[in-house]
Amino acid sequence: MTDATLGKTDRPREWEATKRVRRRYAADWRLQAYGIIAIGLALGLLGILLVSLISTGYQAFVQTNIDLEIYVDPAKVDAKDPAKGNFRAVVRDTLTNIFPQAQSPKQKTELTKILTADAPYILRDYVLAHPESIGQRVVLAVPASDPFDQLNKGVIPKYQDVPDGGAPGSAPTRTVNPRFSPLQIEAFEDLEKKGLVRTPFNWGLFFNADSRFPERAGLAGAITGSFYALLVCFLLSFPIGIAAALYLEEFAPKNRLTDLIEVNINNLAAVPSVVFGLLGLAVFLGFFGLPRSAPLVGGMVLSLMTLPTIIIATRAALKAVPPSIREAALGVGASKHQVMLHHVLPVAMPGILTGTIIGMAQALGETAPLLLIGMNAFIPSVENIGLLDPATSLPTQIYSWADSPERGFVARTSAAILVLLGFLAVMNLVAIVLRHRFERKW
Amino acid sequence: MIGYIFLAILVLIVTGFYFGRRRSVAAVGGRQKELHSRPDYHGAYVAAWVGIPSLLLVLTWLALQGPVINLLLERSLPAETVAGLNSDQINLLLSEIRSVAAGNVFGEPTPAIEEAAQRYRGWQEIARYAMVAVALSVAMLGLLFAGRRISPSFRARHGAERILSGLMIACSLLAILTTLGIVLSLLVEALRFFDRVSPLEFFFGLNWEPQIPIREGQVTAGGAFGAVPVFAGTLLISFIALAVAIPIGLLSAVYLTEYAYPKVRSTVKPLLELLAGIPTVVYGFFAVLTVAPAMRNFGEMIGVPIAPNSAMAAGGVMGIMIIPFISSLSDDAINAVPRSMRDGSYAMGATKGETITRVLLPAALPGIMGGILLAASRAIGETMIVVMAAGIIANMTANPFEPVTTVTVQIVTLLIGDSEFDNPKTLAAFALGLVLFVVTLALNVLALHIVRRYREQYD
Repeated sequence: MTDATLGKTDRPREWEATKRVRRRYAADWRLQAYGIIAIGLALGLLGILLVSLISTGYQAFVQTNIDLEIYVDPAKVDAKDPAKGNFRAVVRDTLTNIFPQAQSPKQKTELTKILTADAPYILRDYVLAHPESIGQRVVLAVPASDPFDQLNKGVIPKYQDVPDGGAPGSAPTRTVNPRFSPLQIEAFEDLEKKGLVRTPFNWGLFFNADSRFPERAGLAGAITGSFYALLVCFLLSFPIGIAAALYLEEFAPKNRLTDLIEVNINNLAAVPSVVFGLLGLAVFLGFFGLPRSAPLVGGMVLSLMTLPTIIIATRAALKAVPPSIREAALGVGASKHQVMLHHVLPVAMPGILTGTIIGMAQALGETAPLLLIGMNAFIPSVENIGLLDPATSLPTQIYSWADSPERGFVARTSAAILVLLGFLAVMNLVAIVLRHRFERKW
Repeated sequence: MIGYIFLAILVLIVTGFYFGRRRSVAAVGGRQKELHSRPDYHGAYVAAWVGIPSLLLVLTWLALQGPVINLLLERSLPAETVAGLNSDQINLLLSEIRSVAAGNVFGEPTPAIEEAAQRYRGWQEIARYAMVAVALSVAMLGLLFAGRRISPSFRARHGAERILSGLMIACSLLAILTTLGIVLSLLVEALRFFDRVSPLEFFFGLNWEPQIPIREGQVTAGGAFGAVPVFAGTLLISFIALAVAIPIGLLSAVYLTEYAYPKVRSTVKPLLELLAGIPTVVYGFFAVLTVAPAMRNFGEMIGVPIAPNSAMAAGGVMGIMIIPFISSLSDDAINAVPRSMRDGSYAMGATKGETITRVLLPAALPGIMGGILLAASRAIGETMIVVMAAGIIANMTANPFEPVTTVTVQIVTLLIGDSEFDNPKTLAAFALGLVLFVVTLALNVLALHIVRRYREQYD
């Protein structure tokens, strides 16, 4: 009986309640949608980052080369002293032979600008390596200069439309891109027609040292410098990190000193990297007088930065070793040090190595401290890079190239970033594989 | 030379090891059971005594040789050469002598400098040979000392383990040493800066023009060191970064912990963390290459002029970088809320969304705040993105479409290509570094404190 009356009076309320429930679920759904949008945004931005790097960088993995059949004129290159030969003239003659329309010296100079400005040196190096080629015809693949490289890859247009200043609606006139002269365009098209222009894979990107000319610039110096710095960093931080972690995790008594050390390690992990650069500058360069720009100093600064990472990872790995192993070893009479070195450390090694590789990967990408100690030197030759010689590194090379005005360096920078990301991906993959392969659940 | 001395010590260490081993076995006539410690421990003991003192000696020698010789050189300069020179000029003179000694002669050095360079070279030579002699004799002494102690009853294992413990302690102390090094080097150089520029001007001045004339007659700005615009720019960019990162990071953490299927979570989470693994120089280039031009075009479209190195571009890209910090720390904080609170909320009939906004987020708030503070400290200390994408000229503005500069940008631009610490321009970088260090340290300590206190509440 009460049911009926209740039902009657509650009907509007029930309707309201349904509405309210619906509203509450709509709010719930909205929150979920916001979450999806947020994740979509974050991943979308990651995607845009990668796509924009790949879309600008892929062009630097190929290089426009021009196959030139060069007659090494003995009149210009003396067989007795080939290093002093007039290779510039040889290159110019080769081009004018292919394209005899160029008459005046100015036009000839215009022609040589199709090739990289390093072309005479490339020829010189070749002739010095092959002295028998003097007086012979040799075929060399010479890189095209940056504007023509860009032209061939379609980054900059050959022609551009200039709106006619005359009557409105009249067809725009087509003129040669003002970066080139008509003669150069004609010559380049001629070379293309003869099939001399090729775009092979750009090995120079990996094997050339840095250069002021983008078409000749490569990463060999940067990779060598990064390698040395990381080597120093590894040799210092791996043993020191393990020793410190072993002590703190297994031996240290709980007292003020060890507390202080722990607080210090945790705080060092969060100190901005540029501050480590200041430390390196003031202490290693300023006080100890170590040479500027040297991979040794870079590696030392990086190792101070990676130490906290390695110590924290090592301690986690040591913690994961079950106590039964320790107790069993202690039970058969091993000393505490023997337990650590013979039993716990080997078992924890995969975890430690994973942490170390991740720390090294971070160190490889670190830029600011290296910049402060001057490890962004211009290194035009890969020979004689040692621990104490001026060097550059991959991230600082990226920074220097990003600052360069030549258009070709935009693609080079993106390509260098892709190379760096490739190294990082490989290191992290190794770390993941290590973890999956050797991680033991107890 | 230095490489060879390390190599020589290495060879001596290995010889020491085998010497110790062999001697211990010989001491008991091959009956190893009679030894207290196994032969390897005797070897290790001898090797440690050979290697550690000599290596320590070489390292200290190398560290101190430069400063000591410099001091000697400064003392040995004839009085008439240094008369009337201030310390900067003396430093200049010393570096000239050094470069003459290294064989780089520019112009005609005076006879006094030539002579000093000669002396300098002589001292270096002496120091080098003395080091080799002393290091090798220390190594031999260690060999003799440790070798004589070997006997069947000698507790070599205890000795070796004690040395190992000492080494481990020394390695752990390196953390303290690093912090000490940072604090001391920043403090010393910053104090030298405040000697020349008053702290009042630095902390409250509104004009930052650090390009002071180095040579006479060079045309530069007056040289003003009021760092307030630099601090303001840092705050503006960090604020923009947090404004981008907090909503995205927090909402994705909420979705991943509460709504997402485990499979989605296990793929999306590492992908988000990828954002933290990308080197910052890459973000910097991304800001210059893509974000800044896109923003400028967008600004042109809506009629707002946006500078190519606007605070917006640098801050926005920095925001992308710190998303994973916020999302993973919020993730941890939300996960740490006890199951019972969640169940209680559901039992009262709350929807998932209501449970999140009314129960989980308030309960996780301290942890989330800790994460945000850590992210803020990251943003303030971040260098490469701003060096590449933000401005250099100090500009006091709150308009995110104008270029501003930051503390880290100033540190890098003041120090690139300049290693002499004798003018306020380079010293200013250390003062800025000190401020940066103190602020980030304070933020971190605060964040860790909040996180820890909160964790204790529920455990």
